[in-house]
Amino acid sequence: MITSPSSSARSGPNPILLWMFSSIGKKTIVAATGILLVFFVFGHLLGNLTVFLGPDVLNAYAQKLHDLGPALWAIRVGLLGILVGHIYFTMLLWKENQRANPKKYIAADPIKTTVFSRTMRLSGLVVLAFVIFHLAHFTVRVVDPSYLVMRTQLNGHEVHNVYAMVVKGFSNAPVVAIYVIGLFLLTFHLSHGISSLFQTLGITNRRIRSNYELAGRAIAWLLFLGYVSIPISVLFFGLGKGFAQ
Amino acid sequence: MKFHLKVWRQKDANAPGTLENYEADNIPADASFLEMLDIVNAGLTGKNIEPIQFDSDCREGICGSCSLTINGVPHGPGRGTTCQVYMRKFKDGDTITIEPFRAEAFPVQRDLVVNRSAFDRVIQAGGYISERCGSAPDANSVPISKVIADEAMDAAACIGCGACAAACPNGSAMLFVSAKVTHLGLLPQGKPENGRRVLGMVRQMDEEGFGNCSNYYACEAVCPASVPAAFIGRMNREFTAASVKEIVGMNV
Repeated sequence: MITSPSSSARSGPNPILLWMFSSIGKKTIVAATGILLVFFVFGHLLGNLTVFLGPDVLNAYAQKLHDLGPALWAIRVGLLGILVGHIYFTMLLWKENQRANPKKYIAADPIKTTVFSRTMRLSGLVVLAFVIFHLAHFTVRVVDPSYLVMRTQLNGHEVHNVYAMVVKGFSNAPVVAIYVIGLFLLTFHLSHGISSLFQTLGITNRRIRSNYELAGRAIAWLLFLGYVSIPISVLFFGLGKGFAQ
Repeated sequence: MKFHLKVWRQKDANAPGTLENYEADNIPADASFLEMLDIVNAGLTGKNIEPIQFDSDCREGICGSCSLTINGVPHGPGRGTTCQVYMRKFKDGDTITIEPFRAEAFPVQRDLVVNRSAFDRVIQAGGYISERCGSAPDANSVPISKVIADEAMDAAACIGCGACAAACPNGSAMLFVSAKVTHLGLLPQGKPENGRRVLGMVRQMDEEGFGNCSNYYACEAVCPASVPAAFIGRMNREFTAASVKEIVGMNV
């Protein structure tokens, strides 16, 4: 009989920790947090695209989010926890992988690995830096403090003028460049990440795997196009001209 | 044919090791890679140089003994084991770099010989079925559908050569372990111990110091038995299911 340290004996190590810090457990956590972050990236894009429906729609959407109050903070803390888990377990995996293969081949060959998969850590860290910049730029608004005093009237209430902030923010070419680069690296990350998480969670088989890879890349590039459409429209096609204060 | 070889030479497990240059002259185009090394070794012996040490056994592509990383690719160009690589695959005058399989769990013993007994210990942790001994049962006494039998056979094709772990940038053995888990797990004889098997084998794999899968799929590209990486996905699923059972206190 195969004897494995089964918890039914109730004497071995904690089965939750045993799972969590096993190779596949850590991978599963990275994949599960990854898929939640992909959902967020989707939702965030849908919200952002309201910018094309005019100032009132975007400002009303932003105000609705703010009116969530404690729920908004719960979402923010939850997202932060998911992000920290995603990065922490990736770093654990990375450290072990370094230890498992310390001597690289002198005649190195990439053997069918993709550039996306080989740059996951780099693209992830650049995206992290970009997210921090993005939060400083539009959420905390320390990059340009003038955003703090942008107010507008909406249905008789004075609300923060997100629309004016976005238009002013993206009228600045270097800022747009940072956004395009950050989003491009996010696309790189998701080009491998989206299909990869299905493999890690085991929702796959031989026939479907190559489809996942195509679909993952297609979704990543669709997200890229959706996101960059906003800064590009503002900078080059005069979206919201006259609304910037 | 004529080749310039750069071969990893290492005195013993603790020596640092280095690439040495050798010339391979008068090699027949139909010689296998290992036969080419035999010819080079015969020449070295004549010059009183210690021959290049490498693993080989059946030399017909089924035993999984031969290793060698040729120009950075475990088992070299094409699909198949090193013994099935023929020198006509290379161009006359090519420089060929030969290194041992690299993974922390496969320590180099000497030159191109690595110790792959980590795989044996992973097998001992669950790569078998607990079936009564005695005479062989009648054929077809346990019906198995063609689809399942084929799938199990594709997994059973794994010869345990270790090329997957050697090709993996993370030194991960997941393709090997998933092949064993799938091969035994699909068949009725192996099913009762599925949970224990996957938990035991994956834990032993971690213990041996193999890395984690990053879904690079280099393993699948070099596997001489064409084991598909989708089996790793299947193993992930089985491991998660068995872990959940264990966490909630069910018998695994």
